[in-house]
Amino acid sequence: MAEASATEAESPGQWDGADDAAIATRALTKRYRGGQLAVDGLDLTVPAGSVFGFLGPNGSGKTTTIRMLMGLIEPTSGTARVLGRPMPRAARTVLPQVGALIEGPALYGFLSGRDNLLRYDAADPAADPRTRRERVGAALDRVGLAAAAGKRAKAYSLGMKQRLALAAALLQPRRLLVLDEPTNGLDPQGMREIRALVRELASDGTTVFLSSHLLDEIEQVCTHAAVMAQGRLISQGAVADLAAGARGRLVVTTPDAGEAARVLKEQGAGDVVVAEDRVTAEPPDRDLADLNAALVAAGVRVRGFGVERASLEDVFVALTGEGFDVAG
Amino acid sequence: MSRADTSRAGSPRAGSPRARVSRAEAPSAVRTPSPLWSFGLLRSELLITFRRWRTLALLGVLAAVPVLVGIAVKIETSDGASFGGGGGGGGAGPAFISQISNNGLFLVFTALAATLPFFLPMAIGVVAGDAVAGEANAGTLRYLLVAPAGRTRLLLTKYATVIAFCLAATLVVAVSALAVGALLFPVGELTTISGTRITYAEGLGRALLIALVVAASLVGVAALGLFVSTLTASGIAAMATTVGLLITVQILDQIPQLDALQPYFFSHYWLSFADLMREPVYWDDLVKNLGLQALYAAVFGSAAWARFTAKDITS
Repeated sequence: MAEASATEAESPGQWDGADDAAIATRALTKRYRGGQLAVDGLDLTVPAGSVFGFLGPNGSGKTTTIRMLMGLIEPTSGTARVLGRPMPRAARTVLPQVGALIEGPALYGFLSGRDNLLRYDAADPAADPRTRRERVGAALDRVGLAAAAGKRAKAYSLGMKQRLALAAALLQPRRLLVLDEPTNGLDPQGMREIRALVRELASDGTTVFLSSHLLDEIEQVCTHAAVMAQGRLISQGAVADLAAGARGRLVVTTPDAGEAARVLKEQGAGDVVVAEDRVTAEPPDRDLADLNAALVAAGVRVRGFGVERASLEDVFVALTGEGFDVAG
Repeated sequence: MSRADTSRAGSPRAGSPRARVSRAEAPSAVRTPSPLWSFGLLRSELLITFRRWRTLALLGVLAAVPVLVGIAVKIETSDGASFGGGGGGGGAGPAFISQISNNGLFLVFTALAATLPFFLPMAIGVVAGDAVAGEANAGTLRYLLVAPAGRTRLLLTKYATVIAFCLAATLVVAVSALAVGALLFPVGELTTISGTRITYAEGLGRALLIALVVAASLVGVAALGLFVSTLTASGIAAMATTVGLLITVQILDQIPQLDALQPYFFSHYWLSFADLMREPVYWDDLVKNLGLQALYAAVFGSAAWARFTAKDITS
């Protein structure tokens, strides 16, 4: 179901317009008082029903964007619409339908996990106090904290705090979940559980906006992604399309690496790299079967021959022209 | 999440029954919240304020002041001499101290007069200064705001809670003094500052009225503290600034050269509550005091609101 709405939204030209988009920003810009341009003319469209990965190195403006979307920071210029309503003006009607995890958990250390959730729920004027205890219990259950609900939050581990913050985002049925680095501080089992939870929520029709620096995490759960660097949006679209944009590399495994490299160059492959028994190259624009035949004809003993699909990481590096370093 | 949820992840369409309900409700989005639900935040705020150790410690210190004063007076007068020789008798609060050994009820007035210049406003400064800045410091402010608590609603809730604390702190002093006074000294009819006699019951009424006026005298400091609290993301800095301002104003209020400014200091008419013990009550300074507190609440309340509703929350 998420797939269907996703394909509709991602066709070219649909990126602007998009009235039914869960999040749509137009030239969204934030310049902090010091003059630092944190977000620069952002045009972001998150299709309703998608699991949207928001990627970028630390300091690229992801968190500032999320804070503007949640009405915590006033944009310097440009507009942001969340669930079809302008932010921050419509915060009162929009935010009860949005669950958010922003820059890690923040809790009252002297309150128990359950009391923390009761407090956050009481802050929402659209939350029914008659069902409060029940909903808090269900949210604790959902993130696996039911057993530790009575302990003071001060004594929680980082992973438990992260789960509690996630539970706060799930106190109500939400149309949009904004999760900033949700698996920070979690062990591999916890990460798997969060991913499963995200998939489950998405299958229920909740749009999930997920920021992460873990590329494989985005690749595993997201239908769409956007890449930010230095305050600008570099690319956005369906994950499959993004990865298809970067070409895969030809990989030949052989004990005769030197000879193989020579033949590949001869056959028109570019950027040939030899590493022990692995030779990789940019594939030329012709049937790769001929290439393999040429290798065999030249007496190269081929163990493996194939094209490695580009990962999101390759895309990322290709787009930002850098690794995953902190932007200055 | 439970095991069951994890295992279900493989088949994304198999939502739990609970999740399916949420799906049916979510798009409708128009829940019809009752306006009364808004007060849930105030209740929660009061609960967490009065459950903190810090709050309880402040109240404990305040409760101890009348005990100390009571014991000191008891020791001083145990040889039958009357305390301080009954000198003064003017409008100043400490004049009450000479009457304690005759009537325990005067310990209430003495204790309030002793705590009002510093202990009470300091406690208010701590609670008010921490109100917004403490949440910003802990990061909980951003989660309250995306809940969404609403900036104006959150600020009003915070101010209402600080006012409630003013009242609680004053009552703690008064009740502690009343108990200690009744325990250590005789009680009964009492003499007003004007020399007339009133019954013990009427004296109790006056004591309650005085406690309310003292609590109201703190409304200005509370607004000032809340405003300072919106300026910073450090609870400690906000508390220190508020208490620092309090001390500064108290000192300036003692400098004769500044007498043109002094009527505008929030603490200037604080001790006017003693006028409630006159017969008839002398209202002039009392009204000036309450008017000044209302002015401070309006000015600094507006400033806090202007600041807080326009502030970028980056903590």
